[in-house]
Amino acid sequence: MTEQFAPPPSRGCSNTPVLKERGQHEVFCGLTGIIWLHRKMQDAFFLVVGSRTCAHLLQSAAGVMIFAEPRFATAILEETDLAGMADAQQELDRVVSELLARRPDIKQLFLVGSCPSEVIKLDLAKAAERMSAQFAPNVRVLSYSGSGIETTFTQGEDACLAAMVPVLPQTDARELLLVGALPDVVEEQAVGLLEAMGIGPIRVLPASRVNDEYGIGPNTLYALTQPFLTDTHEALQRRHATYIAAPFPFGEEGTTAWLRAIADQFGVSEAKFAEVTDAPRARARKAVAQASEALRGKSVFFFPDSQLEIPLARFLTRECGMEAVEVGTPFIHRAVMSSDLDLLAEGPTIAEGQDVDKQLDRCRDARPDLTVCGLGLANPLEAEGLTTKWAIELVFTPVHFYEQAGDLAGLFSRAVRRRDLLKLEAAE
Amino acid sequence: MKLTVWTYEGPPHVGAMRVATGMKDMHYVLHAPQGDTYADLLFTMIERRNHRPPVTYTTFQARDLGADTAYLFKDAAKAAYERFKPQAMIVGASCTAELIQDDPGGLAETLGLPIPAIPLELPSYQRKENFGADETFFQIVRHLAKPMEKTARVTANLIGPTGLGFRHRDDITEVTGLLMDMGIEVNVVAPMPASPSDIAKLGQAHFNVLMYPETAETAARYMEREFGQPYTKVVPIGVGATRDFVLEVAQICGLEPKLDESRLRMPWYSASVDSTYLTGKRVFLFGDGTHVAACARIARDEMGFEVVGMGCYNREQARMLRGLAKDYGVEALITDDYLEVERRIEELAPEMILGTQMERHIGKRLGIPCAVISAPVHVQDFPARFSPQMGIEGANVIFDTWVHPLVMGLEEHLLTMFREDFEFHDDAGASHHGHKAKLREIGITDASETETVSPELAQPNTGPVEIVWLPAAEKELKKIPFFVRGKAKRNTETFASERGVNEISVDTLYEAKAHYAR
Repeated sequence: MTEQFAPPPSRGCSNTPVLKERGQHEVFCGLTGIIWLHRKMQDAFFLVVGSRTCAHLLQSAAGVMIFAEPRFATAILEETDLAGMADAQQELDRVVSELLARRPDIKQLFLVGSCPSEVIKLDLAKAAERMSAQFAPNVRVLSYSGSGIETTFTQGEDACLAAMVPVLPQTDARELLLVGALPDVVEEQAVGLLEAMGIGPIRVLPASRVNDEYGIGPNTLYALTQPFLTDTHEALQRRHATYIAAPFPFGEEGTTAWLRAIADQFGVSEAKFAEVTDAPRARARKAVAQASEALRGKSVFFFPDSQLEIPLARFLTRECGMEAVEVGTPFIHRAVMSSDLDLLAEGPTIAEGQDVDKQLDRCRDARPDLTVCGLGLANPLEAEGLTTKWAIELVFTPVHFYEQAGDLAGLFSRAVRRRDLLKLEAAE
Repeated sequence: MKLTVWTYEGPPHVGAMRVATGMKDMHYVLHAPQGDTYADLLFTMIERRNHRPPVTYTTFQARDLGADTAYLFKDAAKAAYERFKPQAMIVGASCTAELIQDDPGGLAETLGLPIPAIPLELPSYQRKENFGADETFFQIVRHLAKPMEKTARVTANLIGPTGLGFRHRDDITEVTGLLMDMGIEVNVVAPMPASPSDIAKLGQAHFNVLMYPETAETAARYMEREFGQPYTKVVPIGVGATRDFVLEVAQICGLEPKLDESRLRMPWYSASVDSTYLTGKRVFLFGDGTHVAACARIARDEMGFEVVGMGCYNREQARMLRGLAKDYGVEALITDDYLEVERRIEELAPEMILGTQMERHIGKRLGIPCAVISAPVHVQDFPARFSPQMGIEGANVIFDTWVHPLVMGLEEHLLTMFREDFEFHDDAGASHHGHKAKLREIGITDASETETVSPELAQPNTGPVEIVWLPAAEKELKKIPFFVRGKAKRNTETFASERGVNEISVDTLYEAKAHYAR
C-alpha cells in the first residue's frame, strides 16, 4: 500500500508555547488505575493504604461494583493509626497477613500509597521490603503511590509499572517489550502483527501473571502503547533498555507509524511490512472513514484527563477531519510525546495542568462542536447545549491499533450523531 | 486500620457536599488534593444533575506541602467568591487537608469576605457521610437562622432533603401535599433546595417536619431548643406511618387530622387474593436506620411478611434499631462491613431482601430477590418518573417495588407443579424479568444432579450436631423451588438438630415440613 497519509504539517505543535495553568484540577487521582490493573494482572492484589475517601473513590469512580470479590481493597487509616508511626506499620502487617491468609491465590501484592499515607510519611517501600522477605517466595510485595498529590488518573498505572521494572531479572537477550496494560484482545492483535513480521520474542509489561515474567537489559527494545508511561520509560532507561520512539498507535496512521518504528529496529523489509499491514490498514481506513462522517469539519476541545489528549487530537484532526480548538492535558512529557506533537498541526491552544473555571470560560467562548471531558463536567456542559464525550470511556474501551480505529472514531461521532437524532419538539 | 472492600457511606466531606449541592447560592470551598473532585461525578452522573456541584477544591500537590498551602486555600476562597458570588460559604478540609492542619475556618475569616463563611469541623478519620451532612446542615442553621416571629398561618419547615438522597426529590412533593391537605403551608424546605436567605427564615415556621433524621436531626434539636419549634418524630413511610404522621402533626398544631386517601391503593393491593402468596415470606432488612425501621413496619403489618432480621450501617441509629429489633424478636446487625451483612443473609436464608444496592448484589449472588429501600444510591435510584417513598403515593410505590422482584402468585404454583419442565424451571427466574431464560438441557437425568453437591448443601452448617443430608433427601430438596429451598433446608436442619437427628432422610424433610406448616 502506498503512503496515503496527509504530509506532516510544516509546523507541528512541538514549539507551540504551552499555556500552563494551576488551579482546580477536575481529574481523578492515580488510584483509579487499579480499576483496570487488577483485572489485567490476574494474580495481583492492590491494597490501598488510605482513607475512607480512597475507598469511596474506588467504588464510585468507574461506577462499577465488581462483586465477584475484587482484587483490591483499602486499609482505612483510623484515628489511632495517625497517632504513632510504629503502630501504623504493625497494623499494616496485621492487615496484610489476614489478607494473604484469606487469599492464597495472590502472588503479587501492591501496597498503594494515597494522599494521607504520603502526608503522614508512612514508608510503604520499607513495608514492602519487609513483607517481601516474610512472604517470599510465595508472594512478591511492591509499593507505589497513586496519591492525588503526586499522580493524575493514568499516572497510577505508570507508577505501578515503574515499580515493577527494577525487580525484573537481568538478561542480555534481544527482545521486544511492549509497555502498557491493554485489553487482551488488543494486545493479541499487536503481538500478532509484530510476530507476522518475524519480530520476537515479544514480552508485555505488565505480564498477566508473575510467573510469565522475563528479564530486561541493554538489548531490550521497548515501545510504549500508552502516552502516560513516562516514569516507566525512565525506569527502563535506567535498565539501559532502548526506547523506540513513535506516535502512539491510535488510528490507522498512528498504528502504522508505531509498527514501522519497531519494524525498522528489527530490520523488517518494506515488502514484509506491507504484506502484514496492507489488509488491516485498508480495513481501518474504511472503518474510520465511515465512523468519522459526522465529525468532518467539526471542532473539538479537550479538557485534561487521561494524558491521551494529544495523540487523540492528532487522530481526530488528521484522520477524522476535525479541527482542534484546545488540547488540554495533565502534563506534557516531551520525550514520549514529541512524535505526536510534530504531527499535530499548529493552531490549537496546548494547555498543561488546569484551572477548571478558566478553562470552562474558554470552552464556552469557543462553543466547540465536541468537548472531551471528565464525568464531573459532561452533564453540566450538555445542559448548557454543548456536545460532550466522556474521556474515561477512552481508557476503558479497546481503542488501539487497526481493528479498533473505527470504534475509536465511533466513540466521538456517536455523541455528535445523538444530538442530531433527538427530536422532541411537537410535530406541528 | 480497617480492611474495607466496599463502603456504605463516603467520608464526611461528601456529606457536606450533599448539603451544599442541594442548596442554591451556597458555595463550598474544600481544602483537598487533586483527585477528590471524583465526588462531583456522584452528582453529575448518578443523580444526573445538570450543573456542577458548587464546590471549589484547592487542589494542593506534593510540591506545595513543603511550602505554604494556606495561601492556596485563601486564593481559592477569594476566587470562588468573586466568580460565584454566593450568599454564604462553607469551608472545610477533606481527609488529607485535615492532616496538614491549615484551619480553613480561620483562614476564611482573615479574608474579610462580605458574606458569612461557615467553618466545618468534620473528623474524617472517625466519622462518615451521614454525620457530615447532619453536622454541616446544623452549622449552616446555627450560623444563619435566628429566632423570628412565627407566621400568621400555621407553617412548617421540611428538613433533611439533600443532594444524592434516596428519593428525596419526590418525598418533598408528597409531604408538601400531606401538609397542604391539612391547611399547613410549607415555610422552607432545607437544605435542598433552600438558599442561605431561606435558611435565615427557618425560625418563622411553627414546627419542623424531620424527614430524614440521618441528615437533619441535630438541626431539628437545635431549632426546638432555640426557636421553640417542635419537630415530628414519625417518618411517614408506609400507610400506618403516614396515618400516624398526620395525627402527630395535628397534635402539634392543634388542628383536625385530615388525610386524603382517595389515591391510596396499597392496602387493597395487599389484601386482594393475588397477594396471598406474600403471606409469611421471610424478609431481611438492611439500610440506613430510618428506612429500615419504617420498612420493617410495612413488611410485617402491611405486606404480611415475616421479618427474620434487620440491621443498619449508620451507627448513629444503632440504639434505635436495636430497640426496634427486640420488638420484632430479632437481633439487629449494626455494621458497615458488607461481608458481615452477606454472612448474616446467608445464615438466615430469607426469601427476600429489602436492602441497598449492596444487598442487591448480595442477593444476586445468593439467588435471593431484593428490593432497594435505602441509600447508598445508584443511578437506578433516580428514576425519571415520580417515585416517592413517603405518604400515600410512597406506599403505592413501595408495594409495586417490593413485589416486582418476586415470582408472582400463580407462577409460583406452576413452578412447584412442573418443576422439571425444561424451559419453565426454577433456575429460569421470574418470567416477568427481562433476562434470557436459561434452558435446562433435556435428557440430563437425576443421576448427574446427585453426583455434585450443590453449594448450598456444601456449606458447613453451624448447628451443634454434624448433620448429613442423605442423597435421596438432597435430591428431594432440589425439587423444592429455589425461592423456598433455603427456608426448607434451614427448617429441616433446625428440626433435625433439635431432635438430635444427624442424618436427614426424605422422611425427616417431610416431617419438618409438616412441623413448620402454617
